[in-house]
Amino acid sequence: MKKLTALLMALLMVVGCVGCGGKEEDINKKSEGVMTYAEYEAAELETKVTIEAYVQAKQSWWDNTATVYLQDGDGAYFVYGMACSEEDYAKLTTGTKIKVTGYKAEWSGEVEIMDATFEIMEGNYVAKAEDVTSLLGTDDLIKKQNMFVAFKGMTVESAAIYKWDGSGQYGDDLYFNVSLNGTTYTFTVESYLTDGSTDVYKAVKELKVGDVVDMEGFLYWYEGVNPHITNVTVK
Amino acid sequence: MMKSVKKLLSRVLLLVVLARGLGCLSGCHGSRGLKEFVMPETFDTSQNYEITFWAKNDTNRTQVDIYEKAIADFEALYPNVKVVLRLYTDYGRIYNDVITNIATNTTPNVCITYPDHIATYLTGVNTVVPLDELMADAEYGLGGSEVAFDAPVQDEIIPKFLEECAFGGHYYALPYMRSTEACYINKTFVEKLGYTLPEKLTWEFIWEVSEAAMAQDGEGNFLVNGQKVLIPFIYKSTDNMMIQMLRQKGAGYSTEEGEIQLFHDTTRELLYTVAEHGATRAFSTFKISSYPANFLNAGQCIFAIDSTAGATWMGTDAPLCDIAEEKIVEFETEVRMLPQFDTENPQMISQGPSMCVFNKSDPQEVLASWLFMQFLLTNEVQTAYSQTEGYVPVTSKAQESAEYQDYLSRAGEDNELYYRIKLEATQLLLDNVEKTFVTPVFNGSASLRDAAGQLVETTVKAVRRGQTVDEAYMETLYRDTMSLYRLDQPRSQSGAAVSAEEDLGPLPAASAVLIGVLVSAWILIGLYMGRKLVTARRAH
Repeated sequence: MKKLTALLMALLMVVGCVGCGGKEEDINKKSEGVMTYAEYEAAELETKVTIEAYVQAKQSWWDNTATVYLQDGDGAYFVYGMACSEEDYAKLTTGTKIKVTGYKAEWSGEVEIMDATFEIMEGNYVAKAEDVTSLLGTDDLIKKQNMFVAFKGMTVESAAIYKWDGSGQYGDDLYFNVSLNGTTYTFTVESYLTDGSTDVYKAVKELKVGDVVDMEGFLYWYEGVNPHITNVTVK
Repeated sequence: MMKSVKKLLSRVLLLVVLARGLGCLSGCHGSRGLKEFVMPETFDTSQNYEITFWAKNDTNRTQVDIYEKAIADFEALYPNVKVVLRLYTDYGRIYNDVITNIATNTTPNVCITYPDHIATYLTGVNTVVPLDELMADAEYGLGGSEVAFDAPVQDEIIPKFLEECAFGGHYYALPYMRSTEACYINKTFVEKLGYTLPEKLTWEFIWEVSEAAMAQDGEGNFLVNGQKVLIPFIYKSTDNMMIQMLRQKGAGYSTEEGEIQLFHDTTRELLYTVAEHGATRAFSTFKISSYPANFLNAGQCIFAIDSTAGATWMGTDAPLCDIAEEKIVEFETEVRMLPQFDTENPQMISQGPSMCVFNKSDPQEVLASWLFMQFLLTNEVQTAYSQTEGYVPVTSKAQESAEYQDYLSRAGEDNELYYRIKLEATQLLLDNVEKTFVTPVFNGSASLRDAAGQLVETTVKAVRRGQTVDEAYMETLYRDTMSLYRLDQPRSQSGAAVSAEEDLGPLPAASAVLIGVLVSAWILIGLYMGRKLVTARRAH
């Protein structure tokens, strides 16, 4: 009997593993009429686009509109002010697959989808942060726009201030400078994405000049690269 | 940095909904609202008061420093009053937070705001303190005998600016700073295109030059700037654009009583023009493209219309700038009054922060708040704050002061405090105060303003996306915009859309009888069930 039970359990494990393998989804596979990332990238500004991708972060919900970062295996999307009920917003957990239809637009260098609607699809994918440290200062960095990325071994050049000129208060966006190989970059803790109660906000407030840090976040653009940091670790 | 304004702008829509909710709450509170403020005989300096001041700054550290210094100076004069500063960089956010806090009686004591917004705050019961009595009080009023600082008297507040704070028969605010809109121009490019910049701009001139600037070479570079990017004309606040165009045309926008007049044929004509130039990409807006200053300073815009309070961002030598230094282009910057349809009868909007005092259960706390608000009108605060941007002090006392006159006389001495563009923008308003106007204030006027801007934004987006703008489009646009901002509903005397929550008067007799019968039936059912329960227990 014991042998039979063991045999059955082993069989079940094998079947289970096969089942898991079978469910592994192709995160770049698109439904009929949906653009691939390459097609989206090639689309002209102001044209209608339909994409499918996975929620990587929710920035804000307001007045039945949501702003979210999405990503698939090839690239990332920033969807600004997408029509979304508060109830649906709660369903947009990290990894949720959605189909978005809207208009491609650009605002101060940030390419985004505006005036969009969406529907939730079957599927789940959470992207790992891609290390783009070596791309800083190169023309290739913009190809990673809106992706969940990592920067490693950067040195803090100035302590964080509230708003770009220090005119804000606790809870406002934090701005701080970090450098790599002698070049300084401004990074941001975006208060709608990660507010004053989050670990990253508190951690960035405590950063000291000279700290060497690893960071993760989303590759936002505003008149140049302006990463929105979601995690920081002092080395 | 300045990008945060974009995300906040999108939130304005919600305010319509919140305002409606507030109406409901005030209706629910009814007589439970705060008691009407009664002026105390004296200010009690033996008690300590903590007052909150919600202030707006233009993401400008110097402005924050001025607020902080004003608070410190005031607290030195009144050691029993502590002022807690909360900073905002957006009027909409203050408006939203005030509305949220009215419901819980946790409004600030003093806040920077727009009269349009106060009209909504007034839907609460005794929420905002009418200032008439406070202003006129011989001891604690404007320049009163017991006021511990050199405050202006009422006559020293520029009458035009003070009038903007009166509605419903009362003063509910005092002006803090005033600005208007100006057109910041790349004169170098205008002349390169073969035009001479006139002293007074017309809309026709701007459209013509903007279209002329769209010529490109075979590689897609614009001939005038040699770049692949050019938006000759960018308007920051499209609500102001529509409002001022209508005013200049003598066309309706709204009445003092709150009647909505926006959706008419003149508006259509203006939108067709907007569509024409939006389609060629000669015209765009802040919401669609970004800050006019960013494009202007990069040599990618020729006419940038923005507030005079944004002057420090405009031009090659602007002290504030959001774009990388290597992107800034050398050009000659000029400032002009915004374009007109009739240059002999120019019209321009008056805008800028005002201040109001919120009511509290303790009249002494209100009096402390009033004294602080009055302190913000002193010469030192007025001149210091006005110099941070293209603002104008709201008192003749400050405007005529030696310090302020000296400031005005030194335009161009440096690119910081005396930045020429900022001072010329300031002078533009000082010279044209009598040509400024404001729109009527009523509960709902903030929504109407949003709708005016939305008409322009939607139309520009439509043509950029290849939609046809024709009569059918206009019909749909009007209908959708009216619906979105609840402007298509019957309006009460206050101008607000009549909602289900509004007091509809006493119940009809038949309804009252029906409700009475229902209540009686439930009571009888309850009695019967109770009796049955007691009988059953006794049987056990």
